[in-house]
Amino acid sequence: MRVALFVTCVNDLMFPATGRAVVRVLERLGHTVEFPAAQGCCGQMHANSGYRAEALPLVRNFVETFAGYEAVVAPSGSCVAMVREAYPRLAAGDPDLAAAVNEVVPRVHELSELLVDVLGVTDVGASFPHRVTYHPTCHGLRTLRLGDRPLRLLRAVRGLDLVDLPGAEECCGFGGTFAVKNADVSSAMLADKCAAIRDTGAAYVAAADNSCLAHIGGGLSRQARLGSGAPVRAVHYAEILAGPEVHP
Amino acid sequence: MSGGAPGGTGAQRRRGDRRGHGNIVAPLPFPAAARRELGNPQLRANLRRATHTIRDRRARVVGETPDWAHLRAAGAAIKDDVLARLPELLEQFEAAATAAGATVHWARDAAEARALVTDLVRGTGSAEVVKVKSMATQEIGLNEALAEAGITVVETDLAELIVQLADDTPSHILVPAIHYNRRQIREIFADRMPGVDLDALTDEPAALAEAARRYLRDRFLNARVAISGANFAVAETGTLVVVESEGNGRMCLTLPETLISVVGVEKLLPTFRDLEVFLQLLPRSATGERMNPYTSMWTGVTPGDGPRALHVVLLDNGRTDTLADPVGRQALRCIRCSACLNVCPVYERVGGHAYGSVYPGPIGAILSPQLTGLDAGANRSLPYASTLCGACFDVCPVRIDIPQVLVHLRQRDVDARRGQPSPERMAMRALSWVMRDRRRYAAALRAARRGAAPLRLLTAGGEVRRLPWPLSAWTSSRDAPLPAARTFRDWWAERTAHGGREDGRDQG
Ligand code: SF4
Repeated sequence: MRVALFVTCVNDLMFPATGRAVVRVLERLGHTVEFPAAQGCCGQMHANSGYRAEALPLVRNFVETFAGYEAVVAPSGSCVAMVREAYPRLAAGDPDLAAAVNEVVPRVHELSELLVDVLGVTDVGASFPHRVTYHPTCHGLRTLRLGDRPLRLLRAVRGLDLVDLPGAEECCGFGGTFAVKNADVSSAMLADKCAAIRDTGAAYVAAADNSCLAHIGGGLSRQARLGSGAPVRAVHYAEILAGPEVHP
Repeated sequence: MSGGAPGGTGAQRRRGDRRGHGNIVAPLPFPAAARRELGNPQLRANLRRATHTIRDRRARVVGETPDWAHLRAAGAAIKDDVLARLPELLEQFEAAATAAGATVHWARDAAEARALVTDLVRGTGSAEVVKVKSMATQEIGLNEALAEAGITVVETDLAELIVQLADDTPSHILVPAIHYNRRQIREIFADRMPGVDLDALTDEPAALAEAARRYLRDRFLNARVAISGANFAVAETGTLVVVESEGNGRMCLTLPETLISVVGVEKLLPTFRDLEVFLQLLPRSATGERMNPYTSMWTGVTPGDGPRALHVVLLDNGRTDTLADPVGRQALRCIRCSACLNVCPVYERVGGHAYGSVYPGPIGAILSPQLTGLDAGANRSLPYASTLCGACFDVCPVRIDIPQVLVHLRQRDVDARRGQPSPERMAMRALSWVMRDRRRYAAALRAARRGAAPLRLLTAGGEVRRLPWPLSAWTSSRDAPLPAARTFRDWWAERTAHGGREDGRDQG
């Protein structure tokens, strides 16, 4: 299948390894990845902060860029949630844009949706011999309802020891601009999430969203440096799936 | 005073454009109030224990209800119907209640409602009233007004009584004293409850309940006036409904001669039969019980049984304004079950007082600013008091999409302030301008990457420990990642130049 990658702006600049991992996984499975260069930001931060007028040009750019692709994949639960949930609302006043949104939205998938639902794959042939716990970010859990798709993918990875995260469904406290506007509450939530992660004894915490992971990973690294517990590394699950190939 | 306050019929009064007032205005911006509450570790421990207990209980009884999704949809649909036909249903309620012997009054805002009720109590000649737990009377600040008029108010709901004795304000819709633990409650009773038997008073729940029972018994037997709210008001029959756990409400509703019920206009249900849906939704969502212990219903007055006079005060206080917003109006479906508070990760950390309104938590964040208008006090800060995690929407028994309304209110806030200069708006505009154009975007990525290069040399692990304001709020508790040495799109361009497919090289 020909799949267009929407890498997302945060990944493009800050976490390109996640984008490269998606390319590697899909190509390994025999698919063709394209990267439409006109892509930018989905507009999530603008829309969620109340800047509808500023978000609209980004919605337009997205639907123009990805029109005509059979499938679009993004390694970010919150960006896919933005496209699926908020785009129809944002476009409501503009019939042409609404039509374009309706046309593209059903073909935009979070990585685990693409792999499990569209491509019918749970074993991507990777190996990752470490103890891993998975944080199902809020958008993945409650907006996209990813359910156990990412877990099924991780369970199929050779050598990976997947441990349950207690209170997994609780928000990590990131929330976009919330992390800055309500930094104290955000930090209190983060502290509880980090403690739960450390208590699992995992070496890695995986998730479907690098923004949440930057927040969680930043907290874990700060706390480890201040002497509370072993360092747990935050990693996008796509990078685990792209781990060394174990069978052809 | 009878049917219809000065100034015309009910329908005409409701069209008056008036904002809500009362105890629904946050005095401090949420981040500052939250910081104050976060400084209290005992509070956080109490809240965590209490919210998790109710949360789990709710999940159990909802899980065993196979038609929960249908019940929720029905609850939302019935309430939407009420909101769509509000004037008509209010008049139907007024007619039915009046025919059954009640006197119906209309209060446009908190001040009108306080004056009405104070006059009604004065008219009875009684200097003491007993109260059933009620959010509407909290909202309008009735206790304060009655106290000012020299009338003693006795809260009879156990948790409400604790808060009243402590001279505190409620911190939860359903469990106003959720921020206290047993030991703290014992101290409050020991210090403040008139005539309490100190020898018998331990911090066992049974001993605390017994102390309250003894204290309240006298009040019930002597009370001539009671004040209540209502969970539901049935338009078809003029019936009011109160749902409770302790039975103290039932005492107030039946023993005194005069009963005054203050009811928000959105509490209406069209028909008696609609209660079927809500009496399943409410107790499961509120206390995690299949059925609440006491459900009291009264329709006007019945000679020889219960109060001889019933006054119903129908309260607007910003509800009509809220109804005018097609997205925001869903907040008026709320049945005050508190399920959204109990699952909210923000509420769990800061408690109800941080919201500065009698309506805390997710529902408070969308209801208070709508009732009062965003520019009242610090209410415009409330819609930002959320990560948009969506846990509230998942549990809401009337399917209020709280995250959607939060974003909508942020939008209203931003739009209302478009005329004023703001660094945030400039940044948002600049980002939008850059990101909608591939060349501008690519150039900005390159600049960000280059700008980070010297930092990368200084930070071995690729993480930043302190950023300048406003991002210092980020690095106060977390390290920050640096832009990667090579963006994804640069990698992709290079790879394409070298012939396309994955080459195994994965270095940043
Ligand atoms: S918004 Fe929904 S969950 Fe929250 S109190 Fe109201 S009815 Fe209950």
